[in-house]
Amino acid sequence: MASRGGDAQVERTIFHIDMNSFYASVECLHRPELRDKPVAVGGDVEKRRGIILAKNEHAKKFGIKTGEVIWQARQKCPELVVLPPRFDLYLRFSRMAREIYADYSDQIESFGIDEAWVDVTGTPKLAELGAEALAHEIRKRVKFELGVTVSVGVSFNKIFAKLGSDYKKPDAVTVFTRGNFREKIWPLPASELLYVGPATRRKLKSYGIETIGQLAQTPPETLRKWFGKWGLVLSSFANGLDTSPVARTGEEALIKSVGNSTTAPRDLTCDEDASIIFWMLAESVAERLREGGFMCRTVQITLRDNELFSFERQMKLPEPTFLASELHAAAMRLLRAHYNWRRPLRSVGIRGTDLVPATTPVQLSLFENPEKQIRRARLEQAMDEIRRRFGHYAIGRAGTYVDPTLTQINAKDEHTIHPVGYFKAV
Amino acid sequence: MDKTDKPVKVYVAVSARFEPDGKIRPLSITWEDGREYRIDRILDVRRAASLKAGGAGIRYCVKIGRTETYLFLEDNRWFVERRV
Repeated sequence: MASRGGDAQVERTIFHIDMNSFYASVECLHRPELRDKPVAVGGDVEKRRGIILAKNEHAKKFGIKTGEVIWQARQKCPELVVLPPRFDLYLRFSRMAREIYADYSDQIESFGIDEAWVDVTGTPKLAELGAEALAHEIRKRVKFELGVTVSVGVSFNKIFAKLGSDYKKPDAVTVFTRGNFREKIWPLPASELLYVGPATRRKLKSYGIETIGQLAQTPPETLRKWFGKWGLVLSSFANGLDTSPVARTGEEALIKSVGNSTTAPRDLTCDEDASIIFWMLAESVAERLREGGFMCRTVQITLRDNELFSFERQMKLPEPTFLASELHAAAMRLLRAHYNWRRPLRSVGIRGTDLVPATTPVQLSLFENPEKQIRRARLEQAMDEIRRRFGHYAIGRAGTYVDPTLTQINAKDEHTIHPVGYFKAV
Repeated sequence: MDKTDKPVKVYVAVSARFEPDGKIRPLSITWEDGREYRIDRILDVRRAASLKAGGAGIRYCVKIGRTETYLFLEDNRWFVERRV
């Protein structure tokens, strides 16, 4: 047992379970005739904004990547079968997997729809089987009961457990212990660590750090000089010193934000263009917030210019909302404050985060007629109803018809489910 | 798909009894052509996926006459695997 500061600490046993190629696996389970073909799940196939959300092993062999545009994927593999996503089905499988994990521990933290940490420390099953055999039992059960595969990472902290589920897949178990992590983890590229994205990786590389081992052996003080506080976090991750607990998150936490982004049918060059697209996105996000029974307290926009440089900006709202008009106003404020139209925009996105239940009491504004706010809510709910009955294009805002080339988007049907932030969940 | 163009997954009508303890006991299956088959025994119940038909749910291994077959309850629909 590790002992620090005189307190004997119980060594934790944490699993990170990753449902392999999740959307594609669920689709292939339901369509046996496609199992031997390259299959991907993608956004709208007909329009240029459609991207690959997931792909099966056969598609992977063609070099098809998640996030790439469908027509590009088709160039690599003309026979690629692209299926539209069915999120209700994926949520059902996600829930069933969670039910299996719940047989082993009540400490389960979902990370997006297809990943979860499970802390099995001190459970009777762990004492009976040992960590590796227990991980295999869960792996086999998911395969038998759900017909899809998982890879399980087993370790003494969440970061290494997550690395483990990526290390060998599909349908595999990887164990990183205090005894073997230097030999197995340290040679891996630093970018394999959770939260080392392209920017951090580039910066590390500029200092000559490419592996997790090199990162671990860099003095924390040096990292702090380069990255601020974040440097200390990276150092603790690389050295296996992460102590963050597996949070008990409920299913409702599966959805932490509701967002939509789209590549516009043509590049956007001014506030008016962006306003039209923001209207479409705001309506879709608002409709889905209402559908899910949420309001958001923070609005975030993503902007990507025609050189594919992208960034995000966000603001807290004075009051939580599920109204398109308020999301739109916030998005436009963010845009005006942070973008000068040096280059045209290719794609934009709106996301409502910091979700609260729609039943949360709202402080009516002192400066605005509360009647008006209530009427706006009624108006938008009536629009939902009309669209539900007669289709998306049955009703629309006059402003969005100014430029018909920009408006042929039904943003709502392209759902995006974002994983929970690592630190927020703690 | 090569031997027959009919899908392997066949949704069927099922008469079932809801037991006081919450368990669901299927009593008979009505096949596509309208013929009804009485379930004589339930041999096993467990969660399972059907790779053949494509789906997952609660799998009942049932005995109809001398034949053993799987009957799946997927959400609120029942299906069996067509023999091809």
